[in-house]
Amino acid sequence: MRINRIKEKAMQGVFFLTAITSIAAVVLICIFLFYNGIPAIAEIGILDFVGGQKWAPTNEPASYGILCMIVGSVYVTAGAIIIGVPIGILTAVFLARFCPPALYKILKPATELLAGVPSIVYGFFGLMVIVPFIRDNIGGNGPSLLAASIVLGIMILPTIIGVSESAIRAVPESYYEGSLALGATRERSVFKAILPASKSGILAGVVLGIGRAIGETMAVILIAGNQVQIPSSITDGVRTLTANIVLEMGYSTGLHRQALIATGVVLFVFILLITLSMQAIKSRSEKNG
Amino acid sequence: MDKFTIKDMNLYYGKFHALKGVNLNMPKNQITAFIGPSGCGKSTLLKSLNRMNDLVEGCKITGDIRLDGEDIYGNIDINILRKRVGMVFQKANPFPMSVYDNIAYGPRTHGIKSKAKLDEIVESSLKDAAIWDELKDRLKKSALGLSGGQQQRLCIARALAVKPEVLLMDEATSALDPISTGKIEELCLKLKNQYTIIMVTHNMQQALRIADNTAFFLLGKMIEYGNTDQIFSNPREKETEEYITGRFG
Repeated sequence: MRINRIKEKAMQGVFFLTAITSIAAVVLICIFLFYNGIPAIAEIGILDFVGGQKWAPTNEPASYGILCMIVGSVYVTAGAIIIGVPIGILTAVFLARFCPPALYKILKPATELLAGVPSIVYGFFGLMVIVPFIRDNIGGNGPSLLAASIVLGIMILPTIIGVSESAIRAVPESYYEGSLALGATRERSVFKAILPASKSGILAGVVLGIGRAIGETMAVILIAGNQVQIPSSITDGVRTLTANIVLEMGYSTGLHRQALIATGVVLFVFILLITLSMQAIKSRSEKNG
Repeated sequence: MDKFTIKDMNLYYGKFHALKGVNLNMPKNQITAFIGPSGCGKSTLLKSLNRMNDLVEGCKITGDIRLDGEDIYGNIDINILRKRVGMVFQKANPFPMSVYDNIAYGPRTHGIKSKAKLDEIVESSLKDAAIWDELKDRLKKSALGLSGGQQQRLCIARALAVKPEVLLMDEATSALDPISTGKIEELCLKLKNQYTIIMVTHNMQQALRIADNTAFFLLGKMIEYGNTDQIFSNPREKETEEYITGRFG
């Protein structure tokens, strides 16, 4: 008896420690980011930093405005959503409701494989296929907002498909039967009865996709052009927050380096907002569900 | 006049012979009840009448089922059939949307878009289902917030909204309290003037109270069919008598 009790206590301690580790990691990242980033933001001035369009850290005097990068990240993410969400949701509908079992056995692992492809490979794919295609057929130099949106749209597909498919499968079959019994077709029953019932789960998938798109770095650097500008067309180049950090971190010093870390703070705030909205969606769906 | 006629019908789930040689005519504007122990095939037969059995893999039907003389397993638009033959399920299954949208779902499916027309259908359907007074102030609220009895009557209203000719009720009151059950039984007696009602019930008292005709099923066979009073007071078959007097089942 006694030994069992001691064992139990010990195991509890182990579980507690492992749980603490991941929380500690998050806390340490927060501390590091804010400790290094906030002073730079204070020195530059928050409005000049977040609202300034001029990013010229090596000029005399230097300017540290990241508005172009914020806009770039938002545009690229929005583009990925426009391309990835409709395809992802319709694929999930197909997989969950219409796919013949034999085909499902091939399609499902294929969509999962998409999640396992390293992002640099997506970048190469964009560089070798999508960039030349845009240059030759649509216009501009090739590396552009459009190229980044397409590749990110593909990259968020597995997230959206996976989460949406389970949300659709979680809808009680009685909704589907109820709709059929009223004389609705299969398609109408799926789109008007099942899909609305799974919308909070699908929304959660979309939000996760947004998180993935805004944080993506390697693929974007290769194909977005990385010019510091607010793009006036979809074939213009853009620089995202993540690209800004990676491109300049290697040679930056002093305030420049700190400003890059502060760029990370802004990115972190974005991710925080996304996670919070995710939590809000979750708790709302639990209440309704 | 007979609304539904079933001739020499057999139904198989894969190799399992679930309904054996059923012959049955169900008259218009009357209530017909199917009774029998669990697994006797009565729900299966009910679901064959609006072809919900099509959803079951490996389900095969032979024989002849006609609605107003038309073969419903022949060359027929299955969605029109289900519009004509409405169904209320054992467990109330309102959609997770507002009361109004639940009722309007069917009419919208069949192409009605005008708001005025939909308003009118929602009101008349809820009135027909005797639930208008309870729900008229919460049409925009979620249907999932209603009580079980209200949800089931909402489902009846939803079925009525597409103006069916027949209403199938699959143990529609088995999950409800006696007061809600009473309300739905009253409703059925009122509705039979306009609709033909076919119901499956586990509750023999319910069949006795409201059904005009009763069919007794056992192990996939229809043992006896006739006027409800005759079946309960003077059954022809020994199995029927044993079942209704509670000796098995």
